[in-house]
Amino acid sequence: MLDGRGSVKRKLGARLWLSGTWLGLMALLALLAPWVSPHDPLAQDLFAGRLPPFWVAGADPAYLLGTDSLGRDVLTRILHGARIAFSVALIAGLATAFVGSLLGLLAGYMRGWVDVVISRLVEIWMAFPPVLFAILLIAVLGTGLTSIIIAIVVIDWTRFCRVVRAEAMNQSAMDYVASAVVAGRPRRDILWREILPNVLPTIVALLTLEMGIAIIVEAILSFVNLSISSDAPTWGGMIAEGRTSIHQAWWVLAFPLIVLFLTVLSFSQIGEGLKDRFDPVLR
Amino acid sequence: MKLLRAILVRLMTMSVTLIGAAVVVFFVIRVVPGNPIAMMLPPGATEEDIARLTALYGLDKSIIEQFWIWLTGVVQGDFGTSISLRQPVMPLVLGRLPATLELAIFALVIAVVIGGALALTGVRHRETGTETAVDVANGVGLSIPDFLWALILIVLFGVLMPVFHISGRISPSLDLPFVTQFYVFESIARLRFDLWWDLLKHMFMPALALAIPLAAIISQLLKQSLKETMHLDYVTLARTKGYGENHVILSEALPNAVLPTLTLIGVQFTFLIGGTVIIERLFSYEGLGNMAIDAVINRDLPLIQGIVIVFALLFTIINLVVDMMYALLNPRLRHA
Repeated sequence: MLDGRGSVKRKLGARLWLSGTWLGLMALLALLAPWVSPHDPLAQDLFAGRLPPFWVAGADPAYLLGTDSLGRDVLTRILHGARIAFSVALIAGLATAFVGSLLGLLAGYMRGWVDVVISRLVEIWMAFPPVLFAILLIAVLGTGLTSIIIAIVVIDWTRFCRVVRAEAMNQSAMDYVASAVVAGRPRRDILWREILPNVLPTIVALLTLEMGIAIIVEAILSFVNLSISSDAPTWGGMIAEGRTSIHQAWWVLAFPLIVLFLTVLSFSQIGEGLKDRFDPVLR
Repeated sequence: MKLLRAILVRLMTMSVTLIGAAVVVFFVIRVVPGNPIAMMLPPGATEEDIARLTALYGLDKSIIEQFWIWLTGVVQGDFGTSISLRQPVMPLVLGRLPATLELAIFALVIAVVIGGALALTGVRHRETGTETAVDVANGVGLSIPDFLWALILIVLFGVLMPVFHISGRISPSLDLPFVTQFYVFESIARLRFDLWWDLLKHMFMPALALAIPLAAIISQLLKQSLKETMHLDYVTLARTKGYGENHVILSEALPNAVLPTLTLIGVQFTFLIGGTVIIERLFSYEGLGNMAIDAVINRDLPLIQGIVIVFALLFTIINLVVDMMYALLNPRLRHA
């Protein structure tokens, strides 16, 4: 048994390292995008439209990963798209984690009517197809980065709420909470200083998963063309454009897709890895 | 008797959830900027024309009044009239629902087959490289959502190896004898296997994209339950009786390990149906989800409401069926 656990941990380690390296690299490139990208993300060059990537015949080495139908550099747009993707992941992820965890903590610790109201809301939310709900919200809020972030929070808070509520209920039933109650500590104090620190690892693991999901939601909304603006270099927008010209220029779809795939996979691997790390059985 | 009462309680909470969902959607979409009536009239329509049509669709009344009118209609099966398509909402939605249901059910079948096969393979060859490979496949399948799988499949099998259709529900050149919208079922019933094959070739890519994440979840959970069951005494007993490993896994361990997976499939099936919205869009599949996105783009308020309520109803019904199945299948609950 012990050997089995050891090997699980070793495998986790390699996965976490690879994912962390990829995300670190992408985050760095996103930060430095204006300085490291070879071209202007919005500059069109109709004479250089649909140039293939560098190893295919007919390529222009100035455009390493080729150009789209308007002659914009694919590599540059991927790097600038990373800025938007990582901003959404960070801000929307944190905001969703905050709202969902707060409601989950309240429901799980206070119980009573607070729990009834919040749980009923979660149930109503679960009755909507999330993608449809997101598109509807963007129609209401208008396009733009802020709208996307609000939409993600409104849709995804239930992910945190459900798990944190259950976890808070588990913690509330434990001896250390009972002894805090006996010691006469105020309820608010117990919630923030005893229960929250013990639920925090779960929240962090969920947050990492949520960052990957936020990037996907942004991509889906850009794909339906409801995201930032049709010109802005988003991965989803590039994918949408690539989907229409897929038979003429596969690289416009393939490269942003590969980057999106690896980024979402990395967030998810780290999230699952953290979940396992915090799991007392494996620890 | 207890089961009956449990079902009644569930029906009550179901209706509360549905009404809650209706309220949320109704009020959210009425905050949408952009006048749907102005969008359906040709440019140059007069103010009076707009006002007359607005009144015709009841959009000049207060939101509370509108909600009441809509709710009384819904109870009688009348979901109003679509603004962009100018037809009653109900037949429109019912006309598209079968396409979505067929896609979702096909995806579910694929997920169960792939997930089950992976889990059984992983358990049969446990603690070998094969199990590690199954674990890796599960990990990747779980991490990547259906939207990305769909795009990957489009690039791989739509473009690089064009074996499957990546657009539409059926080849437009075919003559369709169908009277229902359940094309797949009807093509089998009519023994028109040429049409059936064409439908499947269109459905396979979107269904597979929807199925991969679910297959990974099924495989992961089923494998875990199977491995736990394999350590139980009665399985060891079967082994000492001299049964082979395949028999032990399939006939002894599987029936007892399958219950948690069944419950999970129910919940995940609602997520899968939610996924059809964007997948149908990607594959230009003429289902309910694709219609929903068009409805949002056209600000077609009655149609959006109708579609969302049908989805919500579908989700709650599936959850109810799953709970009932669980109660029936689980001997501990059945005899309680």
